[in-house]
Amino acid sequence: MPHLTRFIVVVCLLSGCSIQPWVKPYERDNLADPIMSLDRDPVSTAYISHVHEAREAARGAEGGQGGGCGCN
Amino acid sequence: MAAAVAIKISRFAAAALAVALLSMQCASAAVLPEDRADALYHSYSGGGVKISGPSILVQKQLGKHASVNANYYVDSVSSASIDVVTTASAYTEQRVQKSAGVEWLEDDATMTLSYTKSDENDYQANTAHGSFTQEFFGNMTTLTMAYEKGWDVVGKRNDPTYAKDNDRQNFSLGVSQVTTKNLLLNLNWEIIANQGFLNNPYRSARYLDSTAEKGYSYEPEIYPNTHTSNAVALGAHYYLPYRAALHGEYRLYTDTWGIHASHYEIGYTHPWRKQWIFDIKYRFYQQTHADFYSDLFPYESSQNYLARDKELATFSSQDIGFKVTYEFASSPARFIKKSTINFAYDYIHYSYNDFRDLTQNTAAGTEGLYGFSANVLQIFFSVWY
Repeated sequence: MPHLTRFIVVVCLLSGCSIQPWVKPYERDNLADPIMSLDRDPVSTAYISHVHEAREAARGAEGGQGGGCGCN
Repeated sequence: MAAAVAIKISRFAAAALAVALLSMQCASAAVLPEDRADALYHSYSGGGVKISGPSILVQKQLGKHASVNANYYVDSVSSASIDVVTTASAYTEQRVQKSAGVEWLEDDATMTLSYTKSDENDYQANTAHGSFTQEFFGNMTTLTMAYEKGWDVVGKRNDPTYAKDNDRQNFSLGVSQVTTKNLLLNLNWEIIANQGFLNNPYRSARYLDSTAEKGYSYEPEIYPNTHTSNAVALGAHYYLPYRAALHGEYRLYTDTWGIHASHYEIGYTHPWRKQWIFDIKYRFYQQTHADFYSDLFPYESSQNYLARDKELATFSSQDIGFKVTYEFASSPARFIKKSTINFAYDYIHYSYNDFRDLTQNTAAGTEGLYGFSANVLQIFFSVWY
């Protein structure tokens, strides 16, 4: 078992360090376009997330941060 | 022997990790947020509730490594919702939320710290947030870890002595991956744990009562004192063969109150000429009710925990929205690099499966199911400097 653990650790780390970026920096024009932004307008994203969260039981995994709900 | 093997492995692992770290590409794609200010006016109207107010967000870099941000947000609430008109009186109130944060960039890593304080006459919330982000593998993979702690105090209108604590902790982990030169994927997981008073102090549970005129009476809701939830979301952004983008997200949610929820969202972004960007989106959300939820309990104090909060009912909602962004051709001042005006509208419809409309005077438990629509408007002005 220790050998297996050691093998997995070494393979994971070495494969990790051997990963080369298959999308080169000069190929990322499209990804850098503002229309591909994960959060193009933070003030608007935060607001609409709050609108949903105040009326739904589900919460989290949306990158929002704290605060009251204004929904008592 | 086991200890010796463990030490050996840990030395080996440390060496391998050092090699891995040294061999990483240092293209330094991590960047600080842009210097930007946004002034937004928001308006929500639906289900007898009107909420509006401003939100001001300012972000400014300080040197090459730091960026600070501040947000001032107001909700002016006027509520005559279904809960309020059937069990209480309409009210107006204001919530003011202030937050400030700092972000620090060092090579491919960023650290953020922020503090948020929210005040309304019957609810105070304080939240501290910290996160660490590291880019790996030629800046194709971004890993974010965040921790948040909240200290809330639940109050009650017209009762200054009423104060109940609600403490919250969030832990989240996110990975964003450049998959192809046109596709970006991200996976987020968050666990949130609350402890304390988790009720809404104004809401009531309903139970059958043959002695009452309407056939039912009300009693105070009782919630458990703890609540832990897990949410995982997968998102994708895809750049189309022409200059436009598609995005999609799917989230699964489960918690210790027995609620299971999911939502998906799809959207399309289309720039037009140099100055316009159009966004459209559709979002569908659904959830099951909490274990201790019922629209009508069989008798008074029929179980330990009681809720008739429509947020804990079984329901679904659909949100269809659009946003239009117009970038001004010229700057109003020399120090302004770019400015935009934006308008966004969302139409949301909520349909409840086990929450009844008590404004209908029919026999207890036979009232029609409740549903409502909301109109959500945003207009905001943004400048980059």
